[in-house]
Amino acid sequence: MSQSLRPYLSCVRSTLTAALSLSNFASQAAERHNVPEIEAQSSPELLLNPLTVSRNQEERVLVEPSVNSVRVSIRIKQADEIEHILVHKFTRFLTQRAEAFFVLRRKAVEGYDISFLITNFHTEEMLKHKLVDFIIQFMEEVDKEISEMKLFLNARARFVAESFLTPFD
Amino acid sequence: MAAPEVHHLFHAPIADHSFSADRSTLAVARDNNVELYHRAGNAFKLQDELRGHDKTITGVDIAPRSGRIVTCSQDRNAYVWEPSQNGEWKPTLVLLRINRAATGVRWCPNETKFAVGSGARIIAVCYFEEENDWWVSKHIKKPLRSTVTSIAWHPNSVLLAAGSTDGHARVFSSFVKGIDERPEPSVWGERLPFNTVCGEYLNPTAGWVHDVAFSPSGDALAFCAHDSSVTIVYPSGPEQPPQAVISIATQLLPFASMLWSSETELVAAGYDCGVYRLSGDANGWQLTGTLEEKKERPGMTEQREESALNMFRSMDLKGRSGGAALDDTKLKTVHQNSINTVRAFQENGGQVRKISTGGVDGRVVVWNV
Repeated sequence: MSQSLRPYLSCVRSTLTAALSLSNFASQAAERHNVPEIEAQSSPELLLNPLTVSRNQEERVLVEPSVNSVRVSIRIKQADEIEHILVHKFTRFLTQRAEAFFVLRRKAVEGYDISFLITNFHTEEMLKHKLVDFIIQFMEEVDKEISEMKLFLNARARFVAESFLTPFD
Repeated sequence: MAAPEVHHLFHAPIADHSFSADRSTLAVARDNNVELYHRAGNAFKLQDELRGHDKTITGVDIAPRSGRIVTCSQDRNAYVWEPSQNGEWKPTLVLLRINRAATGVRWCPNETKFAVGSGARIIAVCYFEEENDWWVSKHIKKPLRSTVTSIAWHPNSVLLAAGSTDGHARVFSSFVKGIDERPEPSVWGERLPFNTVCGEYLNPTAGWVHDVAFSPSGDALAFCAHDSSVTIVYPSGPEQPPQAVISIATQLLPFASMLWSSETELVAAGYDCGVYRLSGDANGWQLTGTLEEKKERPGMTEQREESALNMFRSMDLKGRSGGAALDDTKLKTVHQNSINTVRAFQENGGQVRKISTGGVDGRVVVWNV
């Protein structure tokens, strides 16, 4: 793990651990409803201050806590055009399968690549600390994944170009 | 210290739990039903189920002397359950007249009334009306600005403390003519008509108040808020500023529930999954420790530095590699998820000797204090 990644991840970890103090909170705006307050935004006193943790200009995490739900949005590093396309394809692949991931939001928050919505029902049926681990591990893995894909793509492009250009030697 | 008595009842959150006075029956809120467990040897066996609510139950309380059970739910209703001749429980609907979820319910110490907090910014104080043969309610509305999260009764059964998500803990009078006798004057006030606000205390950061509690004498009020602090208020008299307001900030996750084990000691538990002890008096309070040995989560500290060694060892032993090798799924606290309620289990001589905690992980644990 690189030197700047560790404090970044540990900061995100402690922010998430604190933000995941959720309770089962029925809506006070609509009768017999129980909705994630961070999405409904109906009562300002039930929302906490959103918090951004940035590693550099490219990479940052937005944590928006509320009384019964937390929205975590991640901006994945995109150094060039290829990475931009790869990140787009990768997050699209995941969000299309959002129901299999439970905590994944179908649409990312504006300015971010991927968003998670964790409600009190998730923290009740899953272990709170493992949910944090999951997000952290996702952040660790996703950079690795994208750069691996980029290397593979470059290697393949080189190979294709070479075999295509052989007849013209 | 004896080990805590752990009862793992099921894999669902326990919003609230309550023991009967003889400690043989345990009522547990599970989703839309209340389950009644009976002690059989060292364990608790499911005995009965109270069905009637159609949304998550948020509060259950057994009256110690009469044995009546009151439940409230997010479906805006509350029921009082009474045992009938043939051993079944008969529900009576309470006319709460609220239009949002009920968030919690508590019997008052003399069992003639109970109070229901709600998301409609109302506390419904309910009492039995003989001539109509039903439970009716009077509303405390002002100056509540948001959902009432918790309710606690003063030992005189007239004063009522409520915590709310607007960051205030308030003390109200719930004096109902014809039901209550005139209470003796106390530090909270002398004349106490219904809905008198006897005290209003704001959390310094305006964080949601999760729980409120009166001290055994009723002369001090404690509340815990979402900024992980516990505040203890010692009032000096009606219409006067309190003689001491002590706020203790902690480095832990917020407390969700607490109780006074004696006049100088508090027990609090919450999102940190552990049970903590605070002690002090009007001159100052501090966090004095926990009820269980505090240990680090496995795999969080020792693993980091010598990871190469651990990696090969775990590949050798478990066939797994890297950081996931150590089993870090289990927390070292007894509860594996947040604790929702702390209740007194056994008292003698005005001191709470044992407490019970119920958590999101479906466990009810009895601790020695």
